[in-house]
Amino acid sequence: MTINAEDLHKVAHLARLSIEPEATERYTQALSSILSLVDEMQAVPTDGVQPMAHPMDATQRLRIDEVTETNQRETLQRLAPATEKGLYLVPRVVE
Amino acid sequence: MQWEAVIGLEVHVQLATQSKIFSGSSIAFGAEPNTQANVIDLGMPGVLPVLNEKAVEMAIKFGLAVHAEIPERSVFERKNYFYPDLPKGYQTSQMAEPIVGLGYLDIPLEDGGIKRVRIHHAHLEEDAGKSLHEDFHGMTGVDLNRAGTPLLEIVSEPDMNSAREAVAYLKAIHAIVTYLGISDGNMAEGSLRCDANVSVRPKGQEKLGTRCEIKNVNSFRFVEKAINHEIQRQIELIEDGGRVIQQTRLYDPDLDETRAMRSKEEANDYRYFPCPDLLPVELDEAYIQHLKETLPELPEQKRQRFTEQLGLSAYDAGVLSSSRALAEYFDRVVELSGDAKLAANWVTGELSAQLNREGIEIEQAPVAPEQLAGLLKRLQDDTINGKAAKQVFAALWAGEGHTADEIIEAKGLKQVTDTGAIEAVIDEVLAANPAQVEQYRAAEPEKRGKMVGFFVGQVMKASKGTANPQAVNQLLAKKLEG
Repeated sequence: MTINAEDLHKVAHLARLSIEPEATERYTQALSSILSLVDEMQAVPTDGVQPMAHPMDATQRLRIDEVTETNQRETLQRLAPATEKGLYLVPRVVE
Repeated sequence: MQWEAVIGLEVHVQLATQSKIFSGSSIAFGAEPNTQANVIDLGMPGVLPVLNEKAVEMAIKFGLAVHAEIPERSVFERKNYFYPDLPKGYQTSQMAEPIVGLGYLDIPLEDGGIKRVRIHHAHLEEDAGKSLHEDFHGMTGVDLNRAGTPLLEIVSEPDMNSAREAVAYLKAIHAIVTYLGISDGNMAEGSLRCDANVSVRPKGQEKLGTRCEIKNVNSFRFVEKAINHEIQRQIELIEDGGRVIQQTRLYDPDLDETRAMRSKEEANDYRYFPCPDLLPVELDEAYIQHLKETLPELPEQKRQRFTEQLGLSAYDAGVLSSSRALAEYFDRVVELSGDAKLAANWVTGELSAQLNREGIEIEQAPVAPEQLAGLLKRLQDDTINGKAAKQVFAALWAGEGHTADEIIEAKGLKQVTDTGAIEAVIDEVLAANPAQVEQYRAAEPEKRGKMVGFFVGQVMKASKGTANPQAVNQLLAKKLEG
């Protein structure tokens, strides 16, 4: 399976990545070659094999339901470029 | 053309845990912005989510209550999209292997009938934060307190055919989650949210029409209005030669209409994949069995007990089992008074009417089940008549006394059954109204039935409502004959 420039830009847009026009060729080739590897793997018969959800052969440990965290707003908001009235400010999003 | 609507609901239930689904932050409602959002909720690099055992337990309890399969294994996946109130760039959710599989719910309809709605599955996921679009110098404010709050998304099959059925289903879900105590079910605070998938097709046609998803219908009343509006819109569109386009629409309760949200070309391309930070959840049979044994009596079982063992009508049983608190109140009154039908009449009648009038819930009712049962006892042993009982109830409600007996005594409401005393009152009334007595005696026998009402009213008034009405009727008839 190969992908074309249109596929590349769609995937890049979904991931919010910008790709320079001159890099389009290089990325399509690189991604196509990864997909060829996937094609090869697809050829292996996997009937009756449960899809692997995780590479580790272990199951999820559960946490007791209790509040262990305290308010860290002041510390955490020092990382943000803009805050006001306790809110993180971001460029306007309009529905 | 006869049209048939086809409706499926996606209900998001906020689970009543103490902490978030993957972190130890509190989920208490109404905290200052961002004071309950830690590094995990904010999606900082290098943090690891750990699943809340209570969220798992609550999801399974729901599954058991709707007769669903509970698979041995379930997997969390990432649903990828970008929005500022989703700090990680993905929502941790479930897709291919949800925690609750296929189940069903039998819902009581207003006509006393039962409708079975299949539940496709229910899955655990985290809530996103909140975006505030008020003016912050042209910017958007983000509060991440809600990010990571545990949600159970319950997805029905498209088995409903009217807005009323959809509301009945939503009420049944609300009843189950509150009976189980897995959610407070508070729609105003967003603990229960609902999206509706609506399509129409010519009656008798097998193939489904194109559907629209209506978002943001967050009260029982709006669900009904929004769906009815959408059904009408689609029918009119098709009858005018148009075509329904698959889209997401937003319900506006102020205008009572739905309108299309921005078309989202890539919106459905969420690129789900298993979350590498979370291992598969495995559940053993003994654990599920243990949870099964802890389930309380559920609405369906209560309804059945009320009709089969207590002999109530399907309608009364449906109303009384609609909330756990109401059902428990009723059960207590029955236990203390020993008369299920009388208890049902008072709980669904006088008590419910008073609750509605004051806009409060049964939990806030100022009259306790013990007090109501005490009142019913006095009705049963004929100490008071129905009219006086209503006065006693009103007095209990107003806090004018602790027990019915106290109020009956203080207000002198004891029913007079002593014929001698009633006769004396009747004699007074007849003596005071000679003209009416003349008229009555001169009237045709078939007209007298109506005229006697005047005298009954006067006698009841003179006795301050305490005379036994049957006795009054009998004695009056005799005395008026002269």
